[in-house]
Amino acid sequence: MGIDKQDSVKSLFTAQSAKVDTNRGDAYYEELYAQCRGRLDELKKLAPLNNRMDFKESIEDEGLERRDFLKWASATTAMLMLPASFTPLVAEAAVMMNRVPVIWIELSDCAGNTEALIRSDGPKIDEIILDIISLEFNETLLAASGHQAEKQLEDAVEHFKGKYLLFVEGAVPMGLNGQYGTIGANGETFHDHLQRLAKDAAAIVAVGSCATFGGIPAAAPNPTDAVGVMDVVKGKPIINIPACPANPSNMVGVILHYVLTGGIPELDSLLRPKFAFGYRIHDNCERRAHFDAGEYVEEWGDEGAKNNFCLYKVGCKGPMTFNNCSIVRYNEGVNWPVGVGRGCIGCSEPDFWDKYAYERPMANANIKAPTGGVEKTVDEFGLGLLTAAGVGIAIHAAASAVAGKKENQGEA
Amino acid sequence: MAKKHIIVDPITRIEGHLRVEAVIDENNKIVDAYASSTMFRGMETIMKDRDPRDCGLMAMRICGVCTGTHYQRSIEAVEDAFNVTIPKNARLVRNLIQGALYVHDHLVHFYHLHALDFVDVIAATKADPELTAKESVKWAEVAGHKPYISAAADFKAVQERLLKFVKEGRLGIFGNGYWGNNSYNLTPEQNLIGVTHYLKALDIQRNLAKMQAIFGGKNPHPQSIVVGGVTCVQDIKNPARIGLFKSLLKEGTEFIKGAYLPDVYMAGTMYAKEATDSEATYTGKGGTGGGILNYMSYGDFKLDDTGFYNAENLFPSGIVMGADVSKVFEVDADKITEDVAHAWYEGTGAPEHPYVGTTIPKYTGLEKKEDGMAYLKTEEKYSWIKAPLYNGKKMEVGPLARMVVGYAKGDKRITKYVGNFLKRSGLPITVLFSTVGRTAARAIETELMADVMVEWVDELAKNVAMGDDSTWTEFDFDVVSKECKGAGMAEAPRGALGHWMVIKDGRVKNYQAIVPSTWNAGPRDETGQLGAYEAALIGTKVSDPEQPLEIIRTIHSFDPCIACAVHVVDTNGKELAVYKVDPNCAF
Repeated sequence: MGIDKQDSVKSLFTAQSAKVDTNRGDAYYEELYAQCRGRLDELKKLAPLNNRMDFKESIEDEGLERRDFLKWASATTAMLMLPASFTPLVAEAAVMMNRVPVIWIELSDCAGNTEALIRSDGPKIDEIILDIISLEFNETLLAASGHQAEKQLEDAVEHFKGKYLLFVEGAVPMGLNGQYGTIGANGETFHDHLQRLAKDAAAIVAVGSCATFGGIPAAAPNPTDAVGVMDVVKGKPIINIPACPANPSNMVGVILHYVLTGGIPELDSLLRPKFAFGYRIHDNCERRAHFDAGEYVEEWGDEGAKNNFCLYKVGCKGPMTFNNCSIVRYNEGVNWPVGVGRGCIGCSEPDFWDKYAYERPMANANIKAPTGGVEKTVDEFGLGLLTAAGVGIAIHAAASAVAGKKENQGEA
Repeated sequence: MAKKHIIVDPITRIEGHLRVEAVIDENNKIVDAYASSTMFRGMETIMKDRDPRDCGLMAMRICGVCTGTHYQRSIEAVEDAFNVTIPKNARLVRNLIQGALYVHDHLVHFYHLHALDFVDVIAATKADPELTAKESVKWAEVAGHKPYISAAADFKAVQERLLKFVKEGRLGIFGNGYWGNNSYNLTPEQNLIGVTHYLKALDIQRNLAKMQAIFGGKNPHPQSIVVGGVTCVQDIKNPARIGLFKSLLKEGTEFIKGAYLPDVYMAGTMYAKEATDSEATYTGKGGTGGGILNYMSYGDFKLDDTGFYNAENLFPSGIVMGADVSKVFEVDADKITEDVAHAWYEGTGAPEHPYVGTTIPKYTGLEKKEDGMAYLKTEEKYSWIKAPLYNGKKMEVGPLARMVVGYAKGDKRITKYVGNFLKRSGLPITVLFSTVGRTAARAIETELMADVMVEWVDELAKNVAMGDDSTWTEFDFDVVSKECKGAGMAEAPRGALGHWMVIKDGRVKNYQAIVPSTWNAGPRDETGQLGAYEAALIGTKVSDPEQPLEIIRTIHSFDPCIACAVHVVDTNGKELAVYKVDPNCAF
């Protein structure tokens, strides 16, 4: 492959996308604080877009204690990688979220991200859709169908021109002139639908693996020529929240950040918010000590499995995957794929279906990813080197070298 | 002619992309209907040439709503091919993962995808909270349970929240709904109960989903099922995990029995006139929304460890024709064919066995007319869904089919739950063969599943406590994957689901899936037999042709999952291997 191993490791550890500054220094935060303060004061002057009861009131109505809310706010502050002093601002921003109209569209999708959204626990989904954001359109939840649904969408676009966040779930099929997917009485293609709605959006949030990088429809041989949103929409800020499905905390985090600062969060080379995707699964993994000690599950259900050993040899792709799963986990922290003894399939990385999603380590994948892939490189770094902490990570270097060309576009 | 052609696209509150066109006569009665899926992804093409062990996770992405069911079917197809029988713990864990999906999915379907077809949100603002409380107690009594919410103050709080929402601002997801339509039958108080439970159910479903995550790792898209068993050893060995599962189940069951069931009794009673109106049907039997009345179930949820297709099932397999519950036919998988006369694929014209079908997309598009609309070319091809047939006949699948087949077979558990519903509601059995019946059957099944899961989780805890902590059956991949084929034929929440796989030299040679919504949402076949959705709409009276409320009510009662239905094709038809179901696994 011609990639120098030492260089790869070095470039990975110094790459922007692989490192997050959790402390930027007082001057930075003071400035940011002032910016957020100003933004919130601006927002306060506006009437809530939906004129609904505010979040504070709704928590009281729901019998939630104020301290629960503050607990949530401080956890969210930490998730957004802000100092604790920002907690009151985050709480204020949450109360203010009903100023942000959201239009959510579905293209070549499975509705998994909508389902994930309704599992949101902080804040809870009924609060999100009734009190917090102004969810103007979402096919899975919308009461009206057909012409009335289309009208609801048109109204929302008209009313919130240039102000709404457009959430996109699902890939964009480009084959057959886009006709692998149509929507509405006039048979508009998914591609045209997306472009039309993107035009008047303040920013676009691509949620899930399909909308970000093409996901399952784009897996080899990509029968419908499916692509992600960023491949076709130009001239608009785009935030990618990959994973299959995306973690609802990261969706809420992005909205909150937008309310707080009026901008999009800092992004990595793949347009993913660093507050969520600046972590490598492996680095925060609860089984990491077993990796370092060279203790592995060798096959399903063995003694290693019964002792929660490292899952690398049964295919865990945690070392190659950037996401905050090992920190926030899923379904209110109930569990996550490594916890359940299966391991990570790399679902927040581009082309993971062809590169990562199998139950063997990359060295003996027993499959040729139809689109190529990086097995050779992995072999070189294979099992022999595993006990040296962090070497599995080098595998990622090859992927980031490919992705590197997008590095600078991603910065907000 | 005063006939009118209505297009409903998009149909919202479903998974996927669906269009329905209906023709109504001068009395606003539907005389013709067409269902069309408007999205194609080509999932099976993607599976080809992969390691069969990897297909489960990909197959799961067919649908994010019935999440985990395609996953398990795909894994089972491989296990059937490899002749692997999973350990008892794995069988119970899988039953719990799928059972959790059933109760979660059915609940979300009823409240968030379907209830607004019965419940007028805006009318709830006119309710008297005191009377609402009484009404809520009344329906809970009919269901034989304690009401989940019974305090007037709770209903009042929701009403105030709603009033503020309605009075001052944009309605968001409730915007532009069919509020005030004549075919909403509930009283303001009943509507307020519906809205209150709608909101509470948003909360409840989060916790029900956690049950799947305990043993599955996450929801949607769990990750613990592998060929040979499951991976969640530490979760089954930890009593705290079992305890959490049980407490979540208990909490969810209280809502199912104290809110979901009472609401279904309430809706069933208030919509009983429609549900028993045999005039408003396609066949002259059953009630509004009845449709073709042929019901099929493959059977599912293994109750013992005898392995593939020998184990006793919670839901028995079988076929009931023409709503005649006096006869049940056994399912013979060889009698399944697929027809593409009206589907956007190349075909020979005659229905083909799905395993030999050569299917190549042939999109012929919609017809743009002067009114700016694009219409289905109903005389030609008009959907991405093929038309599956059993023995040349159209079938309906789903909870109603499972309950009808179980009832007709005299299954003890199912007969008890169905009988109980009919007795308590005072409605005749014919009420089941309708839109309302489909919705009621789903609720009956939810209660049954919630109850039986308690038995399974205790069985699991006991088995582990006895010292059995095995979760995986070993097999030699290189040996078993040389040349084989297998089927995962069972039930998804939405109905009969089959995944078929041909494996050669460790790779997938051919992959086929026929999913519930293919059966239900398919277009006409070459002889002109209507699909289940299409037939169900015929005869329905639409009170306001501008508002397709009755149409979506019936379509929603099937719980459409269109992304599921559409992947069932192989664009690269030339290399399709001939595939026959192993006679050992025929039902």
